[in-house]
Amino acid sequence: MPRLHIDWTRCDGHGLCAELLPELLGRDEWGYPLPRAALDLDVRLLEHAEHAVDACPLLALKIIG
Amino acid sequence: MWFVGRGTGIVALLMFTLTVVLGVLTRSGRSAPGITLFGIADLHRTAALAGTGLVAVHVTTLLVDPFSQLRLVDLVVPFHAGYRPLWVGLGALALDTLVVLVGSSLLRHRIGPRLFRALHWAAYAMWPLAFVHALGSGTDAATWWLRGIAAICALAVTGAVWWRASERFHLHGRPTLDRRAAR
Amino acid sequence: MSPPTGARRLLLAEDTSLAAHLERYGPLTTRVDLVRLLEHAGLTGHGGAGFPAATKLRGAASRGAGVVIANGAEGEPASAKDRALLQHAPHLVLDGLLLAARATGARSAYVATPSPRTAEALREQLALREQLTVRRDRLRTEVVVVEDRFISGEESALVNAVEGRPGIPRDRAVPVFERGVRRQPTLVHNVETLAHLALIARFGSEWFRSVGTREQPGTFLATVSGDVAAPGVHEVEHGAPLPQLIDAAGGPTSGVQAVLVGGFHGAWVPGASVPSTTMSSSSLAPHGASVGAGVVLVLGYDRCGLRESAGIASYLAGQSARQCGPCVLGLPRLAESLARLVHPGVDPGSVDEVVRMTALVRGRGACAHPDGTARFVISTLRAFSDDIAAHGRGGCRATPAH
Repeated sequence: MPRLHIDWTRCDGHGLCAELLPELLGRDEWGYPLPRAALDLDVRLLEHAEHAVDACPLLALKIIG
Repeated sequence: MWFVGRGTGIVALLMFTLTVVLGVLTRSGRSAPGITLFGIADLHRTAALAGTGLVAVHVTTLLVDPFSQLRLVDLVVPFHAGYRPLWVGLGALALDTLVVLVGSSLLRHRIGPRLFRALHWAAYAMWPLAFVHALGSGTDAATWWLRGIAAICALAVTGAVWWRASERFHLHGRPTLDRRAAR
Repeated sequence: MSPPTGARRLLLAEDTSLAAHLERYGPLTTRVDLVRLLEHAGLTGHGGAGFPAATKLRGAASRGAGVVIANGAEGEPASAKDRALLQHAPHLVLDGLLLAARATGARSAYVATPSPRTAEALREQLALREQLTVRRDRLRTEVVVVEDRFISGEESALVNAVEGRPGIPRDRAVPVFERGVRRQPTLVHNVETLAHLALIARFGSEWFRSVGTREQPGTFLATVSGDVAAPGVHEVEHGAPLPQLIDAAGGPTSGVQAVLVGGFHGAWVPGASVPSTTMSSSSLAPHGASVGAGVVLVLGYDRCGLRESAGIASYLAGQSARQCGPCVLGLPRLAESLARLVHPGVDPGSVDEVVRMTALVRGRGACAHPDGTARFVISTLRAFSDDIAAHGRGGCRATPAH
């Protein structure tokens, strides 16, 4: 199953990903994404994840697998 | 035809003004009630593309219109046009900068965040070029409505850039990482 | 050539010369089925993670690794074995590097060390070896001096250092053994792992397994430090009792309150459990520890375990590469929350807050630094719970000698 990968060296805690994938990501007190569980992407979430990858201003997201 | 050319140019300037303001808002990481972070970023992109589309029509109609004396080469080699070469030349420069901006944005996943961000700073060059071009190359720069539009655009961009450059910009409870300390 | 007997294997040569090395260990043959040998031998990595060497090598060989790196970076302050190995038995490490390169088809190799002096010596030793090798068997080997920081030994940090960039970890969407130095598959091994490899190639897997335990055969280098009479590096077999190690280092100077096993990313073994603890995963696992890179830090009764741990946590926070938000922002908060347990004062802080911070930093960074720090802090809370209570009442259980 494909999963969402966060490049922490790029992430700046903007939070667009958490907006688009609230099922998978919360935000911590500094704004960085907080995975609620494993970031596996079923069919339902894949499209939203692709939006998130595209929307991240720091290009910090990738879909792997 | 001249009106189409002129009209699309003015609306394009409005679009780019909106783009710059939304761009600064995106960079700030703040959202507003009723609109999400994603919404702001999306609008920024939409406004930019709308502006680009309008510029394409603007340039095409002017190329086709014999009145304007614009040739294809004038788009790339500035300041040699037959009509108001200085102001039209600035427009050409703005257009070339726009091509770099749009190109690098479409290819951002390939070129990586650092190069993308470096090239995106060209936006702060593109808007003033477009603005001065709009004021100088039109025949209606003296009209009150154009002056009004120009004033609003200038105010909006100046305000946004002022905010961007201010210290308050980064103080929204979210510390930005000084990654240069790592190098 | 007779193989070494007993637990002393790695540091037997008379001196660091190639002649002494060959005299003690005999010549090296690279025409061995290294992967098969390592599978039978059951060699695990000696850099901390303890990953099976055969698996790593097989993966790299199947991809046609372009590059092999001998990791002597040893960022852990409480460890000195990599330094000792490179200083006293460099040719074993270089033999191992050569073997790994042959087995994976690598065309270039690197040795990473934080010491410029060791680097110079290694370059001389490499030049001498090169003279004695036929051209087509030569392996282009470069010695790289890396920064002496905690995370310098992380695999992707090494790749960066080798490429001339700042030696900090990379994002690993793609693992280093798939894409590393110059985008080629890269195999990274701790220098001690390579040294064992060099001996296994000479003397076989049965010999390797003749000491140690069945799950973890062979020997390892332990660095024993802290409140002991003679801190130093000692080679012991896997499964050796922890008290034996402490005695090898001259014995404790003020009793054994607790022992930190695995370095600053390891875990505390409470003093009461030490007599029955052996250096093996099964014995250490209940305490959240593992043999790792063989680091053993003894804490006597004259020091406060809570205070020392808070100091270590603060050090670890300062060693962040400063790339990843949760690490840069979370580790200092974690260290602070632990420090507040030492000095309750006006703002007492709580164990719950410490636990919350460990959960917040785990798994949220490009490398395992936050995870290791969290593991260490959790073990501190467990091992020194009595001290936490005592400090909460304004006291301290340490009994400094006068």
